[in-house]
Amino acid sequence: MTDRPFLEISQLTARLKGSGTPLLRSVDLAVPAGSVHGLVGESGAGKSMIGKAILGILPRSVEVATGAIRLDGTDLQSLPPAERRTRVGALTALIPQDPLTALNPSRRIGPQITDRLVDILGWDRARAVDRARQLLAEVQLPDPDRILRSYPHELSGGQRQRILIAAAFAAEPRLIIADEPTTALDVTVQKQILRLIREMQERHGTAMLFVTHDLGVVSKVCQSLSVLYAGKIVESARVEDFFRAPAHTYSRALLAASPRYTDPHGSLMPVPDEVMQAVRAEVAAFDEGRAAHV
Amino acid sequence: MSEPPSDVLYGVEHLHLSLPDLTRKPLLGPAPRIHILNDLSFTIRRGEVMGIVGGSGSGKSTLGRALVRLLEPTGGHVRFDGTDITHLGEGELRPLRRRFQMIFQDPMSSLNPRRTVGAIIEAPLALHGFDDIARRSAEALDQVGLPRSFARRFPHELSGGQRQRVGIARAIAMRPDFILADEIVSGLDVSSQAQVLNLLEGLVKDLGLTLAFISHDLSVIRRLCQRILVLHRGVIVEEAPSDQLFAAPQAEYTKELLAAIPLPDLDQVWA
Ligand SMILES: Nc1ncnc2c1ncn2[C@@H]1O[C@H](COP(=O)(O)OP(=O)(O)O)[C@@H](O)[C@H]1O
Ligand SMILES: Nc1ncnc2c1ncn2[C@@H]1O[C@H](COP(=O)(O)OP(=O)(O)O)[C@@H](O)[C@H]1O
Ligand SMILES: [Mg+2]
Ligand SMILES: [Mg+2]
Repeated sequence: MTDRPFLEISQLTARLKGSGTPLLRSVDLAVPAGSVHGLVGESGAGKSMIGKAILGILPRSVEVATGAIRLDGTDLQSLPPAERRTRVGALTALIPQDPLTALNPSRRIGPQITDRLVDILGWDRARAVDRARQLLAEVQLPDPDRILRSYPHELSGGQRQRILIAAAFAAEPRLIIADEPTTALDVTVQKQILRLIREMQERHGTAMLFVTHDLGVVSKVCQSLSVLYAGKIVESARVEDFFRAPAHTYSRALLAASPRYTDPHGSLMPVPDEVMQAVRAEVAAFDEGRAAHV
Repeated sequence: MSEPPSDVLYGVEHLHLSLPDLTRKPLLGPAPRIHILNDLSFTIRRGEVMGIVGGSGSGKSTLGRALVRLLEPTGGHVRFDGTDITHLGEGELRPLRRRFQMIFQDPMSSLNPRRTVGAIIEAPLALHGFDDIARRSAEALDQVGLPRSFARRFPHELSGGQRQRVGIARAIAMRPDFILADEIVSGLDVSSQAQVLNLLEGLVKDLGLTLAFISHDLSVIRRLCQRILVLHRGVIVEEAPSDQLFAAPQAEYTKELLAAIPLPDLDQVWA
């Protein structure tokens, strides 16, 4: 891959304001244009925080201390806030985890898809509605006009997730952050949604940062991945290399902890205490090293 | 009633459960009924772990709630340890309630956020007149591998996996004959999932628990469960010993569920 990555994060460090507790520790991460990169780690590792840092929607209590987030070569951190918002709004979109809480229950689906096109991108309403109709057909929802008029509770979990996928692709973003987009779904619906995401991503040539704790999902949708622990990336690899032989002991333990019904005795292994101690020690050593440099 | 204790703990025969569909109630007359469970028959033997699998909306939770009589069946029979509990009133159920316990998917909403972990484990013990409550609660924490100091913590101070262990501790402290676990690892990340499943596997062996383990995901079920029952639209489409079900699934729906699981493996054909 000689192309410059579309998303390139370098040395990104974020902390809790006040206490200074590190949440992201010198994160380096690159997603080539048109490619899907998995971001894996246990809950609380900081996966969503990385997504929020890119989108510029970090909680007020969190500040970026150092580092760069480049989209198509431009460092977002160097832009004035308004310009940053416009740029991020035009180039990126989010597919969130929980389709029910992501949709406003008291509004019809139509405006929830078109608002962003109209308000942020300045499209006229008729063009936005046309686009929404076209996207609903593309995510294989029958009767788009009826869907546009429905309320979220009138639809199933799988249908709602299809709507959020349609909404994410609506403005042809160059990068989509998918934050555990299928965790709330059962396996058969998950499979349909993952295939849909892959098809859409390939057809539109969108780069994707795919957040999940499930290595099974990574093996099906990603070309490369990073493993995060306590806000620190312990390993980045291409999936061919990773699934053959993960380099880091913590990654190996995560793979052994994953369910694999074809190997009931070699899977679902709890992460050994020694491995947890070793990765925590690595994080502590990193923190001390940085402290020593300051 | 002097039969020898049978090895069957639950005997379910032709179980039906329907509920009035209030969203389609006409102005006059009764609401039409939705048939949620249709003619289910199976047994759960003592010391067995029974997996109950199916997609969302297939009726798993409804079946679980009928087993522990949070719902009253509309037809058929549920026998628990020889007693027909299908239509028992709350008064008659009370002495049985200690004997079947539940652990739910969302530990946060099933644990009272304003009570400490200790109080959460002790409340049902007190309700059912156990002695030595503090000791029992401390032992239950030991058994689920949480430090005793956790008794003073609140649910929001715990991780998802830790909360799920509190749910397990609360259930096993009651020394129940049967535990119903409804999607208890579905909300957890892989490492917590593996931890909770291994803990449960150990407890099943050590305490001789009888367990019904509900999940929409067959991949977490294989090692824990001896038998698996597959539900689809309120009907049992397949019931088989675990190894047999994975080696040679019979029902189309079971095959579909298995094929949908993304294995962490680049060679799996998953298209
Ligand atoms: N609004 C917030 N304020 C302060 N800390 C937060 C906030 N949201 C999350 N955190 C903390 O940031 C860390 C990373 O969280 P998150 O990115 O949500 O993890 P993940 O998505 O990997 O599960 C966690 O330790 C979490 O407790
Ligand atoms: N109180 C209720 N009133 C009407 N329908 C219900 C009620 N509870 C459950 N259902 C319906 O019964 C079916 C089975 O639900 P449930 O047992 O929760 O399934 P599962 O646990 O397998 O996801 C679903 O179609 C659900 O919509
Ligand atoms: Mg998250
Ligand atoms: Mg359920």
